[in-house]
Amino acid sequence: MSTSIKHDDAPAGARSFTTKPRRGTKVRRQRVKAAWLFLAPMLIALTLVAGWPLVRTFFLSFTDASLSDLGAANLIGFENYLVYDDGRWYGVLADSVWWQSVWNTVYFSVVSVSLEVVFGVIVALILNAEFKGRVIVRAAVLIPWAIPTIVSAQMWAWMLNDQFGIINHLLMNVGIIDAPIAWTANAAYSMWAVIMVDVWKTIPFVALLVLAALQMLPKDCYEAAEVDGIHPLRVFFKVTLPLITPALMVAVIFRLLDALRVFDVIYVLTSNSTSTMSMSVYARQQLVEFQDVGYGSAASTLLFLIIALATVAYLYLGRKQIQLGGD
Amino acid sequence: MNTRQLAKIAKRIGFWALIVLIMVYAVFPFYYAVITSLKPSSDLFRVELWPSNWNFDNYISIFSQTSFLRAIFNSIVVAFSVVFIALLLGITASYALGRVRFRGRSTVLLVILGVSMFPQVAVLSGLFEVIRALNLYNNPAGLILSYTIFTLPFTVWVLTTFMKQLPMELEEAAIMDGATPWITITKVFLPLMWPAMATTGLLAFIAAWNEFLFALTFTLTDAQRTVPVAIALLSGGSAYELPWGPIMAASVVVTVPLVVLVIIFQRRIVSGLTAGAVKG
Repeated sequence: MSTSIKHDDAPAGARSFTTKPRRGTKVRRQRVKAAWLFLAPMLIALTLVAGWPLVRTFFLSFTDASLSDLGAANLIGFENYLVYDDGRWYGVLADSVWWQSVWNTVYFSVVSVSLEVVFGVIVALILNAEFKGRVIVRAAVLIPWAIPTIVSAQMWAWMLNDQFGIINHLLMNVGIIDAPIAWTANAAYSMWAVIMVDVWKTIPFVALLVLAALQMLPKDCYEAAEVDGIHPLRVFFKVTLPLITPALMVAVIFRLLDALRVFDVIYVLTSNSTSTMSMSVYARQQLVEFQDVGYGSAASTLLFLIIALATVAYLYLGRKQIQLGGD
Repeated sequence: MNTRQLAKIAKRIGFWALIVLIMVYAVFPFYYAVITSLKPSSDLFRVELWPSNWNFDNYISIFSQTSFLRAIFNSIVVAFSVVFIALLLGITASYALGRVRFRGRSTVLLVILGVSMFPQVAVLSGLFEVIRALNLYNNPAGLILSYTIFTLPFTVWVLTTFMKQLPMELEEAAIMDGATPWITITKVFLPLMWPAMATTGLLAFIAAWNEFLFALTFTLTDAQRTVPVAIALLSGGSAYELPWGPIMAASVVVTVPLVVLVIIFQRRIVSGLTAGAVKG
């Protein structure tokens, strides 16, 4: 104790050789203590809103809790998931609507993320070119991203309106269709309507991530390719694409995780229709509208597990991809 | 020679056509919402690209509804509080994560990344319980609390990236002068972190302003709702005849501030988005 006080009292010049705080010095210990002190509020907040609720959701999925009286829950084991009773299977895993919503979610995620990546890269390549008014175009491209999902769903619902929507009007004027299409109500089209809105809203995100990667690419190999007269498409697939693959992988995982938990667009555009219902919509319907917290929590838990598995699988496969891209 | 020039011109035309196409695709739905909101209700069902008559009836109608005004007020309160909390907790946490090397640092970072990938529905029932236990059900304060689940991890992540890039010498000088870590943050780092804080604050604001699932689930009455829920639940006399004019007017009202923010701060938003996604 006394030595450290002495140390502190020493003139600054005397300890100039220890400017970098080393393990075990008082300054360092103080800093580590301060670090945990500073982390504490954030860790407490995250425990309160994420960690603990997640644990409770797992727990509630094994009970028969109902929304009106969460306290009076009894443990019922796996009955919310799967149970055989009187010659029939019950539970989330035996519900065809659940499996339909799993399929819808996967279909939605794969199709919309693929489209977003393709169009996002195209938009990024254009924004990467130098032309007058690039800043204006970039701002315009950002607008769909900033518009609340609810609002974009409403805007598109109005444009896709079966009787008075501008899209049916245009398509009929051009002659592609003879009769108006009920985009959001007809099961054959409603998923495509949802995908259309999602793609519109999230192209900017993908485009901006790809654009950031494009701007870091070395200019000289493009100049070399141009001198050698190599076709731009070939340059894109042989040079650009491998170099931006890591950035694309990041964009894809962010988008995929977002798409797998999709709720807003589907809820507003097609409400609770089973032909577009996603896992999130299914879980919330059970939880809030049917007040069955146990059953809804079981669906939420399954959704969580599916997303966790998808993330792990993606990171595992993606690691190889990124290494290949780097070779 | 001539054909080559022609090909060059064709290429330029194609390029600009593509740009125009992208612009129209990005902006048209918003433009169409604006002109729809300006139409009198008698003209609503006539499809046109430029309104032949226009007035502000739809805007007068939504602004005369107290529930809509309440929703705007709630959204403003919620979004600003969320930004304030996220930045306050984010800046202290990012100092610890970005400037101090200690055991468990990478674990904390991993947990933060994990939380940012959470599906919101997965915590819905547990969070519902917490909010009810704290007596915050049907109260915007409950939304402020629950929104930290998606604003905080992101804020901490981006601020940590920025914090790491600040020069070591600054902090060494502060330590030499006997500054405590708190003084170091507020007097040395805070002035340098403003750009990063503006970026993350903007993104947190937009995320909180747009959130729907929690707002729909944790509020019950018109007086406590936020704007996205109010717009989603706007309905007319019958289920078959939605009040499209007022819906579009309300949509424009909540979107205009965001569009203005995007146009003014596009550079910041872009840097924040990419910093959040590309690991630092």
